[in-house]
Amino acid sequence: MSKISILLLFKRALIEVPFVFFAILMPFFGEGEKFSIFGLSVYRDGLLAGTSIVVKGTLGVLAAVILSTTTTAREILRGLEKLKLPMIMVQIASFMLRYINVISDEMERMKVARESRGFIATGIKHWKVLATAAAALFIRSYERGERVHLAMLSRGFDGALPSLDSHVVTVREWLTALSIPGLALIASITALLIGW
Amino acid sequence: MSNVPSLQIKELAFAYPDGNQALYGVNLTIQKGERVALLGPNGAGKTTLVMHMNGIHPTMQGEVRISGELVDSKNKESLKAIRSKVGIVFQDPDDQLFMPTVGEDVAFGPYNMGLRGEALDKVVADALTQVGMIDFIDRPPHHLSFGQRRRVAVATVLAMKPEILVLDEPSSNLDPASRRELADILRSLDITIVMVTHDLPYAFELCERSVILSGGIIVADDKTGQILSDEKLLKSHRLELPVGFSFK
Repeated sequence: MSKISILLLFKRALIEVPFVFFAILMPFFGEGEKFSIFGLSVYRDGLLAGTSIVVKGTLGVLAAVILSTTTTAREILRGLEKLKLPMIMVQIASFMLRYINVISDEMERMKVARESRGFIATGIKHWKVLATAAAALFIRSYERGERVHLAMLSRGFDGALPSLDSHVVTVREWLTALSIPGLALIASITALLIGW
Repeated sequence: MSNVPSLQIKELAFAYPDGNQALYGVNLTIQKGERVALLGPNGAGKTTLVMHMNGIHPTMQGEVRISGELVDSKNKESLKAIRSKVGIVFQDPDDQLFMPTVGEDVAFGPYNMGLRGEALDKVVADALTQVGMIDFIDRPPHHLSFGQRRRVAVATVLAMKPEILVLDEPSSNLDPASRRELADILRSLDITIVMVTHDLPYAFELCERSVILSGGIIVADDKTGQILSDEKLLKSHRLELPVGFSFK
């Protein structure tokens, strides 16, 4: 199913490093029972808490990385729709997906236009200009929203967007999807059994 | 084939809520199958007029009829029918293409008209084939060139099988090849077309008849060649042929 290389997965998962950094330090600071492992003296409570943070964090990040690498934004939207996220939120997200490029292009053009006239934002004294530009971008986007709405009305829009085409989920896809939650379940059962 | 005109506008007047009057009694009749250029300077009321054709702006005074049927912005049911008869292609395709893929966007109009399943797929495929964009059916609109997006925008409207196609500045921002391709597509359609434009050579290329809207009224209505060769008329309404062009 997924054809993500381990290397890619690893690289993308690196994003969690700053977040788990302190968790790695936890076993070395604290109080209470101490014991020695690989010649290092660590605190038992700190080790448990730290490990739990690292494990939870890694699982979460891996799940997110796998979802974003294997699933297009549209399929995620479709999934949210199937999961009964309120229609209006799915619609907002789908418009955001459609227009984020248009708006970021517009922002880029405004930046180029500013810089072409000799403006380069360097510090706090330039915030006023940036704020004005942000306001202009907001108004433009708002007006675009109105035009899009007109275009929708002109094509008979009456409140409901066509639902995204549905896709039948195969057993294989279910199994693949369940593999990570399954692993998590096995891990927690094991933990229960060995009495942690 | 009936002899009912595709578009019939009688004494249409309109003022914006801020008191700014845009139309002062427009009279215009367009027969079935005609291609008519609606010319006029900026601020002449062209867009306002277009917005009346499918009831986006409520008619304040006068009347607009689409193949005989009165546009009544208060009657929801008839408005739905009118909007399926009047296909408006807006100036900026990014305003018109709002769905995640080209195919879904083209399906939007017919879906709202109640089409589903295979019938819907067929209408979408036909419309995209008409504008030569069928290969792009699954692509997101923002990955297309401007010319391609404009063509898809035309398809989104064709899919509704309109009686009359209204294009707002169809040639704006197009490179010469895209401009010609669009002209070829428009010529191949067997449909009434109203083209709002400042692009006088394009109007001449595509439309037999032209009308000039200026100051909220129709000031000229004639064969395109006739209008474009009347330099004085053009000049008095802020219209100009590109340098070097002449229709004498």
